[in-house]
Amino acid sequence: MNAAESAWVPLALSLKVAGWATLVDLVLGIGLGLLLARGRFPGRELLDAVLTLPMVLPPTVLGYYLLVLVGKRGWLGAWLHEQFGIQLIFTWQGAVIAASVVALPLVLKSARAAFEAVEPQLEDAGRVLGLSEAAVFLRVTLPLAWRGILAGTLLAFARSLGEFGATLMVAGSIPGRTQTLSVAVYEAVQAGQDGVANVLVAITSFTCIAVLLLAGRLLPGRTLR
Amino acid sequence: MSFEVDIRKTVASDRRRFELRVRFRSQARRTVIYGPSGAGKTLTLQALAGLLVPDAGRIAFDGSVLFDAGAHVAVPARDRRFGYLFQDYALFPHLDVRQNIAFGLQRGWRNPGRAAGGAAVERWLDALALRPVAAQRPHQLSGGQRQRTALARALASEPRALLLDEPFSALDPALRERTRDELDRLLAQIGIPLVMITHDPEDLARFGEHTLQLVDGVLDA
Repeated sequence: MNAAESAWVPLALSLKVAGWATLVDLVLGIGLGLLLARGRFPGRELLDAVLTLPMVLPPTVLGYYLLVLVGKRGWLGAWLHEQFGIQLIFTWQGAVIAASVVALPLVLKSARAAFEAVEPQLEDAGRVLGLSEAAVFLRVTLPLAWRGILAGTLLAFARSLGEFGATLMVAGSIPGRTQTLSVAVYEAVQAGQDGVANVLVAITSFTCIAVLLLAGRLLPGRTLR
Repeated sequence: MSFEVDIRKTVASDRRRFELRVRFRSQARRTVIYGPSGAGKTLTLQALAGLLVPDAGRIAFDGSVLFDAGAHVAVPARDRRFGYLFQDYALFPHLDVRQNIAFGLQRGWRNPGRAAGGAAVERWLDALALRPVAAQRPHQLSGGQRQRTALARALASEPRALLLDEPFSALDPALRERTRDELDRLLAQIGIPLVMITHDPEDLARFGEHTLQLVDGVLDA
């Protein structure tokens, strides 16, 4: 197997994991971002801080937390195993969980800021014109916040693609199953396979630059307002 | 038209506490609530529209109860069928003039498309001379065009009454006089009842069939 072929499997896996993690973060980020932007409840800033924690915690600490949570004897993991026979550790779904948690703050922060920037009066205008709350959100709030959310989502995708530490702890490094690009780079370097490492590094860098350029084009401030 | 209003509302922010106590009855087609800025005029109008929930009291329009704290009735803004002209218009920046006008006519979870039509949209595009700018976004419009778009958007849904928040304050003085004439004529022609809030004596002179004064959050008539 040459270097290009051995790069294909981890790239495909990385894209799959990052894609799913981004989707999860998009849904959670919009929901939680709206809650933090509009909700009035005690502990709001604490919730924001806790959800932002993955951005500053060492990946190993985060990985450890996830093992405690979804590991075989973790309180969620044990329950899932008993009830449904589901095991998340050392699976690609485990890698999705690790990547989602690490990248969530990027969507959440931009979604909160984007929702806070929407004039409440525009939502009121929707209400007096006969719209339900759901319709106000879909026809006024979301279209006005969309660019900011999308920019954060692309950053989250790039971050998921590069996720290493927590993924290694939760999903391990099983070639073809949980060995993502960044983990494969580590393994290749450890094994002295410089050719493979070079290809993997080049692919990773190229993909991340493309995503960042796209995110830059969508950043708020370039809107048509 | 008849409004029966007797409400209380306390608004507290970090710095100050504001108490609103508004009580009036009006049978006039044109009611103007007059008072200096900061007197609580906008809060009063928001309460009529259903955008602000009073702490206590009752609001009735043409005999039907819109709000009654005692009976736990609070008809939501979307079901009150009032047109609301916001002070700085609150036009939807992501939609063009035509889509803004069609906004309230389209039910459901999707915005009207750029080709949105219908008798009401066409009628108001012509009546308010907006056809030449129908495909433009609000930020491309002049002050007068913005105001007319907001008015067309409010009137297109055939509201039961029109609530106007300082309708001329965002216009420059030369335009203000002319716009006041035009709005006066247009609203008389449609025959729609209105409640206007203003701090401008000129508005009071022109539209104040029944005038009420609001001072420091208190209106008792």
